[in-house]
Amino acid sequence: MNRIDAAFARLKQAGRKGLVGYLTAGDPDRAASEADLDAAIAGGLDVLELGVPFSDPTADGPVIQAASQRALAAGMDVDGALEIVAGLRRRHALPIVLFGYANPFFRHGYDRLCADAAAAGADGLLVVDMTFEEAAELQPDMDRHGLYRIPLIAPTTPPARAARILTGARGFVYYIMVTGVTGARARVAADIDRHLRALRQCTDLPVAVGFGVSNGAQARAASAAADAVVVGSALVKAAREGRLPALVSELRAALDAP
Amino acid sequence: MPTQPDNMGHFGIYGGRYVAETLMPALEELDRAYREARSDPAFQAEFRRLLADYVGRPSPLYLAERLTAACGGARIYLKREDLNHTGAHKINNTIGQALLARRMGKRRLMAETGAGQHGVAAATAAALFGMECDVYMGEEDIVRQAPNVRRMKLLRARVVPVSSGTRTLKDAMSEALRAWVAAVEDTFYVIGSVAGPHPYPLMVRDFQRVIGDETRRQIVEKEGRLPDMILACVGGGSNAAGIFYPFLEDRAVRLVGVEAAGLGLASGKHAASIVGGQVGILHGSKSYVLQDGHGQILNAHSISAGLDYPGVGPEHALWADTKRVEYCGITDDEAVEAFYRLTRLEGIIPALESAHAVAEAVKRARGMAGDGIIVVNLSGRGDKDMGIVKVE
Repeated sequence: MNRIDAAFARLKQAGRKGLVGYLTAGDPDRAASEADLDAAIAGGLDVLELGVPFSDPTADGPVIQAASQRALAAGMDVDGALEIVAGLRRRHALPIVLFGYANPFFRHGYDRLCADAAAAGADGLLVVDMTFEEAAELQPDMDRHGLYRIPLIAPTTPPARAARILTGARGFVYYIMVTGVTGARARVAADIDRHLRALRQCTDLPVAVGFGVSNGAQARAASAAADAVVVGSALVKAAREGRLPALVSELRAALDAP
Repeated sequence: MPTQPDNMGHFGIYGGRYVAETLMPALEELDRAYREARSDPAFQAEFRRLLADYVGRPSPLYLAERLTAACGGARIYLKREDLNHTGAHKINNTIGQALLARRMGKRRLMAETGAGQHGVAAATAAALFGMECDVYMGEEDIVRQAPNVRRMKLLRARVVPVSSGTRTLKDAMSEALRAWVAAVEDTFYVIGSVAGPHPYPLMVRDFQRVIGDETRRQIVEKEGRLPDMILACVGGGSNAAGIFYPFLEDRAVRLVGVEAAGLGLASGKHAASIVGGQVGILHGSKSYVLQDGHGQILNAHSISAGLDYPGVGPEHALWADTKRVEYCGITDDEAVEAFYRLTRLEGIIPALESAHAVAEAVKRARGMAGDGIIVVNLSGRGDKDMGIVKVE
């Protein structure tokens, strides 16, 4: 069983909401990044999204853009991110999803990427600028190496398209709560429940909601109709401000509160 | 030679749609609307009317006699896109896209710009149709292309400075894509080149093909035959795609795309994505890209802001692979020399972008017989470059 399926099955059994945490690999350097990742995981992440930095992250807001620049300046690349995954895998059992942009993966070679990622202990890939149509070029390699492609659904995605994207999808669905790039928002979108009800019509997969969640109260509100909440930019920012363990505790407590 | 992409915009292995899912429905809506407009005679008639009465088409095809004499070879004709309203070929495309935006009921335009020629053309179309317009422009380009910034502001466009990365066209396009993700429901993104996700490369090439269609009629009228060679500068590649496309099937016509070799290909400081890059994925499509061994996009360099971009349209990548079009590089110094030469011999001040094509044409003309015919796409005028070249 893929670790992603196992993690969501355990959450469901325990009646808990999941916390999916994103951090950029190698931000601000390899050693500090690994320490941050250990701290966040110890604080109670259920799934880790490890960002592979890219020079031109067109779906990311200023916080993750800056994190990517710091990581690249410190020499991070796909190989480095996979070494971090391998290190984490020796210490932790949680599912790890590589989150990145198409070009570094394409340049690495899809087959080599999937073989190396599976060997390092990754469980899935989320390529943010690869529509599911284009992902057809990557899918056979992912399947061969047992990696899940995590599908993204946006508020703008029409139901018929969502159904096509989710046919044969595995792991969990990442629902983007806002029409915009990653990063904190003052308020969490209002009509998520309606969108998620529609989404549940075409999939039995667990649904994680993300984009814009930065504190416990927002996480709690966003999790109402979802199975898990994704927090990214806020964790990246907290890590640089020395507040990472505090923020993870806050998110965990908010999601676990009765 | 496939001249139409597949339904997902693939030109061979190139093109496609590498974008955030949030943008996909907008691209599908645009694709549907464009396909309808493309086969709607009323849309095409309105487009042609505006190209004639507003842009000032057809642009002349001019025999540059003194330049020809100075080279001592083939006759050099200039396709005078510099004489269009707003001073470059960019207006052909922005009129087409703004007409489409109006047809789709969109009231806001947004655009990225490097040299500012596309930004000015987008701002002009917005003014013509009574629309709002945001133009994303790198801070470095805002400084080096100041006259165009003033023109855009005068046209009531909002110029949004982009401070990320190298603060040039690449970063302006990244920021425009981010802004579009956030405003996709009511905003039409007017991409200025044959780049980006499908259907932009196809649509922009269609709106620009008027350059090649006119050239064909004009050269046959003047010379009684097709030219031996056509040259155009290639950044993203819209002026080149526009003049090359109608000649693709005429195998005897050599097509030459001139990329910006900057400080020289060996220096690593250039913008020659085809000649000096590898296959990659940038800004929505797969094509040739300047990148390092880890797939990180490299900074381009060119003296001309309009060519200073590390990618190129996907159809050019296919034309390069099939060898239907030859691609080569011209350095900053060679382009500046051609800029002065054309100015002094013909009284035509070219855009630094177009000067790259002129420089290559001068080299090629010398090696050809006197009855040879070369057409250079003079894609824009150089008024905007007064702050870059020295006036002695």
